[in-house]
Amino acid sequence: MRTFALLAGAALALVTASAAEAQVSVKLGILNDMSSLYADISGPGSVVAARMAVEDFKAAEKGLKVDIVQADHQNKPDVGSSIARQWYDQDGVDVIFDVTTSSVALAVSEVTREKNKIFMISGGGTSDLTGAKCTPNNVHWTYDTWALANGTGTALTRQGKKTWYFLTADYAFGAALDRDTSEAVKKAGGQVLGSVKHPLNSPDFSSYLLQAQGSKAQVIGLANAGADTTNAIKQAGEFGITQSGQALAGLLVFASDVKALGLQAAQGLVLTEAFYWDQNDQTREFSKRFAAKFDGKMPTSSQAGVYGSVLAYLQTVAALKSKDSAAVMGKMKSTTFEDPLMGKVTIRQDGRAIHPMYLFEVKKPAESKSPWDMYKTLATIPAEEAFRPLADGGCPLVNKS
Amino acid sequence: MFTIFGVPSAALFGQLLLGLINGSFYAILSLGLAVIFGLLNIINFTHGAQYMMGAFVAWMSLTYLGIGYWWALLLAPIVVGAFGVLLERVLIRRLYDLDHLYGLLLTFGLALIIQGLFRNQYGVSGLPYGIPRELTGGQNLGFMFLPNYRGWVIVASLIVCLFTWFVIETTKLGAYLRAATENPTLVQAFGVNVPLLITLTYGFGVGLAALAGVLAAPIYSVNPNMGADLIIVVFAVVVIGGMGSILGSVITGFGLGLVEGLTKVFYPEASATVIFVIMVLVLLVKPAGLFGRTA
Repeated sequence: MRTFALLAGAALALVTASAAEAQVSVKLGILNDMSSLYADISGPGSVVAARMAVEDFKAAEKGLKVDIVQADHQNKPDVGSSIARQWYDQDGVDVIFDVTTSSVALAVSEVTREKNKIFMISGGGTSDLTGAKCTPNNVHWTYDTWALANGTGTALTRQGKKTWYFLTADYAFGAALDRDTSEAVKKAGGQVLGSVKHPLNSPDFSSYLLQAQGSKAQVIGLANAGADTTNAIKQAGEFGITQSGQALAGLLVFASDVKALGLQAAQGLVLTEAFYWDQNDQTREFSKRFAAKFDGKMPTSSQAGVYGSVLAYLQTVAALKSKDSAAVMGKMKSTTFEDPLMGKVTIRQDGRAIHPMYLFEVKKPAESKSPWDMYKTLATIPAEEAFRPLADGGCPLVNKS
Repeated sequence: MFTIFGVPSAALFGQLLLGLINGSFYAILSLGLAVIFGLLNIINFTHGAQYMMGAFVAWMSLTYLGIGYWWALLLAPIVVGAFGVLLERVLIRRLYDLDHLYGLLLTFGLALIIQGLFRNQYGVSGLPYGIPRELTGGQNLGFMFLPNYRGWVIVASLIVCLFTWFVIETTKLGAYLRAATENPTLVQAFGVNVPLLITLTYGFGVGLAALAGVLAAPIYSVNPNMGADLIIVVFAVVVIGGMGSILGSVITGFGLGLVEGLTKVFYPEASATVIFVIMVLVLLVKPAGLFGRTA
């Protein structure tokens, strides 16, 4: 009995000693649009994904104490940057994830650089985050505007859809998507027949669709987002545009948008994403667990990206036993991550995470076997072709070396 | 084939027809607003939210109860209209003696609350609602492909507008309504229950908004913000037509739909603003609106 007590005491002492030695506590901040137009793309679902990543990593067993905080940036850059500032200065947040809405993401990126913390973007789209506005503290995990334009534009043109017509939202984001995609199309040997600019938040697209139909282009590219995209697609179905042989290409479409449209309206739509729940056993297993925790909704690529980037961060901190920003960034950029959802992921010097992207087509209602059975894969865009070449982005970090 | 200002005539006819379809929505919505303003002197800013509720009732009855589009056309105006009656009895009634501004603030606040509640419950990306099977497909008119459903929207809207106009201008009930607008005290003295008349009128106006919502559900995205986007334009339509003028709101509704359609051909960037430009011009020349009477 005495020996047993001694042994137990010794074991306990050992355990507590090693824990005290290795315990690193990190605080993760999930910042995105929790209530407005992008809330279904990232929103509360991203927080669920982040919690799952912490559980799956078994952080506690590996000597990490992880806290998660969340906030709504309301799609306003000033709100986003003041939350980031408060998190870094007062609340001890080490790293911010997600951040939908490009303008807010750019603002948070500035604050992160100033405070020398880490920013892992999933929901935000602008390729400037790893281009002209890149910082040593950014990792852009899931997708960017260049990758979308390249994926959909190049792949479709190569398939013989040579002529394009754009419906473009009349503001900076639409113009950028239009420009990038036009370049990709021309580079692949295609031709842009024209475009029509529509005001943001137009309920009715029939007029523009008729103009696009009149152009006889093989592809109608939708350089817009959110409700503008869903309205345009819904009405294109009504005017028989897809049935008459013209293809629709959504340049920024998430699974939640397709779900909102229904397959009847969205069928035949071609789009580029980094993730779809029904790709392989690992994505299916994750998505089913996610849905069980989140009202039966399957994860979007943006939410999957939050899961992957949280895992990558935790893995790096656990390996280093330190959360020093420079050390963590250096280690992340030299590691090849085995992301269960997006495959092999490497992070480039400019902060761009590199992994394959996929070209999907929305199924016909008859082909779909369950409510979330929505996409079929048209093509896999290999990691090395999926993102903008390092030299073309104009990132100052790259020029220096 | 000839061209007008460089636009092929076929394309132009197509755009005019589409403008007429959009005008149908403007007409039904502004008709409801005009009826409410004419009788209650309330600027009903909840109209957009009630239009959205109409679309949602259609979606809910299909999803939860399996009730299709045609019954929803009847059901949604009744449900949402009843909700309107409740609002009028409980809240709006208390503001009749006050300045217009108070009614505007109340209804605007209500609209924000209703939209917020729906947003919390259903998210923002919208819900799918298909075109009824009887109306899928379309007709090739030579100059354009007209989806059957859009044709139906024009017909339905014309019927509703004509019916409303007929009731108000030619029936005894309509005569009471018009008289109560002119001089409520005197009409009450003749033994007409004016408060009830007013409540029912509000319910009817709201029902019209819900009907427009059901008509819109198969072609526009059914989401909590759908009314907020549209209501501003509809208010401009009412102002141009003349506040409270029933015929004015219908004619301006269709007319501005056409103008907007033409703008989408010649200078699409301006299509969101053209109605407001017209509003400014009309207000400068005829402050009471095209069909309004100066009090």
